[in-house]
Amino acid sequence: MTQKLNYLKESPSQTAGPYVHIGLAPGAAGFDIYREELGWDIAGPNAKGEPIRVEGIVIDGTGSPIKDVLLEAWQANSAGVYPHPEHPGEVEEGFRGWGRVITDFATGEWGFDTVKPGPVMGRNGRMMAPHINLWIVARGINVGLNTRLYFEDETEANAADPVLNLIEWERRRATLIAKRSERDGQTVYRFDLKIQGEDETVFFDI
Amino acid sequence: MSTPAEFYQRDRLWHPPAYAKDYKTSVTRSPQYALISLQNSASEITGPTFGHRDIDPIDNDLISNYAAPGQSPIGERIIVHGRVLDENARPVPNTLVEVWQANAGGRYRHKKDTYLAPIDPNFGGCGRTLTDENGYYYFRTVKPGAYPWRNWVNDWRPAHIHVSVFGSGFAQRLITQMYFEGDPLIETCPIVNTIPDKAAIGQLVAALDRNATIPLDTIAYKFDIVLRGRRSTLFENRLEGN
Repeated sequence: MTQKLNYLKESPSQTAGPYVHIGLAPGAAGFDIYREELGWDIAGPNAKGEPIRVEGIVIDGTGSPIKDVLLEAWQANSAGVYPHPEHPGEVEEGFRGWGRVITDFATGEWGFDTVKPGPVMGRNGRMMAPHINLWIVARGINVGLNTRLYFEDETEANAADPVLNLIEWERRRATLIAKRSERDGQTVYRFDLKIQGEDETVFFDI
Repeated sequence: MSTPAEFYQRDRLWHPPAYAKDYKTSVTRSPQYALISLQNSASEITGPTFGHRDIDPIDNDLISNYAAPGQSPIGERIIVHGRVLDENARPVPNTLVEVWQANAGGRYRHKKDTYLAPIDPNFGGCGRTLTDENGYYYFRTVKPGAYPWRNWVNDWRPAHIHVSVFGSGFAQRLITQMYFEGDPLIETCPIVNTIPDKAAIGQLVAALDRNATIPLDTIAYKFDIVLRGRRSTLFENRLEGN
C-alpha cells in the first residue's frame, strides 16, 4: 500500500458543437440577450503600437472551409506585457488582450482588429518573438486546439524564437507565420489554418 | 506576487482523442500530426480576467433572462450549481462560466437549428456568471430536452448543457458538456463516448441534489468542474530564468 495522492482529474473536454454561438456569441445565433457580448474589443481605445487586422479561414481535411468555428485570441500589448496580475509590467487602460471571433456562416472567413504585440520574455530568459495565442473550437473538435500566430516581418525574432525552434520540421514552422499586406492603408495579416492534411497547421499541447 | 509556475500537463488519455470515428464530424476535423508539447511560458500561464462590470446579475437566470415580463419558459425548473476547482482541489475564484443549451423540447434558439420541436418564445438558452471567492457558481434554468442529430441515422443526444470555463491561465481554457444523472441516452451517445474512460464520463454527469432543491419550486443538480492544477514553485522550476 502507498499513500493516496488525492489529486482531482481535470474535467474531460467535449466538443463545443454546432451551436456554440448561442452561448458565446448569441448575436450570431440570431438573438440579442446580453447588455454586451464579450471578446469583440481586444486592444481597447488606448492601445499603443501598430494597429493591425488579422484574418483567415480554417480548412478541414477535405480542403473545405469550416464555417462554424469559434476562435479566441490571447496576446500581450505592444510592450510585450499580458494584462494579468502575474505578468510584471503595465498595460494601457482598457487593453484586454483577449478576443473572440466566429467564422462567417457562408464563407468561413474570420477576422479581428487589434494591435501588434511586442516580444514576450519566455522561459530561461529567452525572448519569444511577437505572437498571438489562438484557441480553436468547433463541432467535431473534441478538445480545443491551441496554436500561435507569428508575424512574417519579424524574420530575426522568429528565427530565434524558442517555440518555433522546438518544431523539428522547419517547413512546418511556416504554418505559424501570418502573411503581411496592406489594404486601404491598413496592415492586414493573413493566417489560414489547416486542421488536417497537407501543410497541416502546427498545434501545441500546452 | 508568487513566482509564476506551470500547470500540470493535460492528461490526454483522460480527454477524448481528436479523431473519434464514431463521432463522424471529427474525422475530417482532427489533426493527423502529433501535437507539439510546450512547457508553459507567460503566454500560457496568463489569461484573460473578467469582472462584475462585464456581466449582469440576471445573466445566470435562464428562466428570466429572455422571458417576457410575467412569463417563463416551458419545462422542468432546475438549479445547476457547484464549484470550479483545480486538480489540487483548490477553488478557482472569479472565473467566468458560460453555459448554453436547448430548450425543454430539445430545440436551440439558433438560425442553423431546424429541428421540428418549437422555439420557446420565453427561452434564450444561454447564461453566464462569475465564480465567487470559493469557486462556487449557480444557474437557474429549465432542463433541456433530448434531440436527434445526424450522425448515425437514429442518434439522439442525451439532455445536456454546454459549459465554457476560463480559469486563471489560457492553458486552463475548457469547454465541456454536463449531463444529467439517470439519462439512458448517455450510454449510447457517440459524442459522450469519444471519452475513452467510464470514470471520466462520470465526471460529466451531474447528480440530483435534493439538499439544494427548493421545495415546491425548483429541483437541483450539482456539477463540479475541475480545471488543470498548478505546480508549486520548487527549486529551479522557474519560468523567467535568472
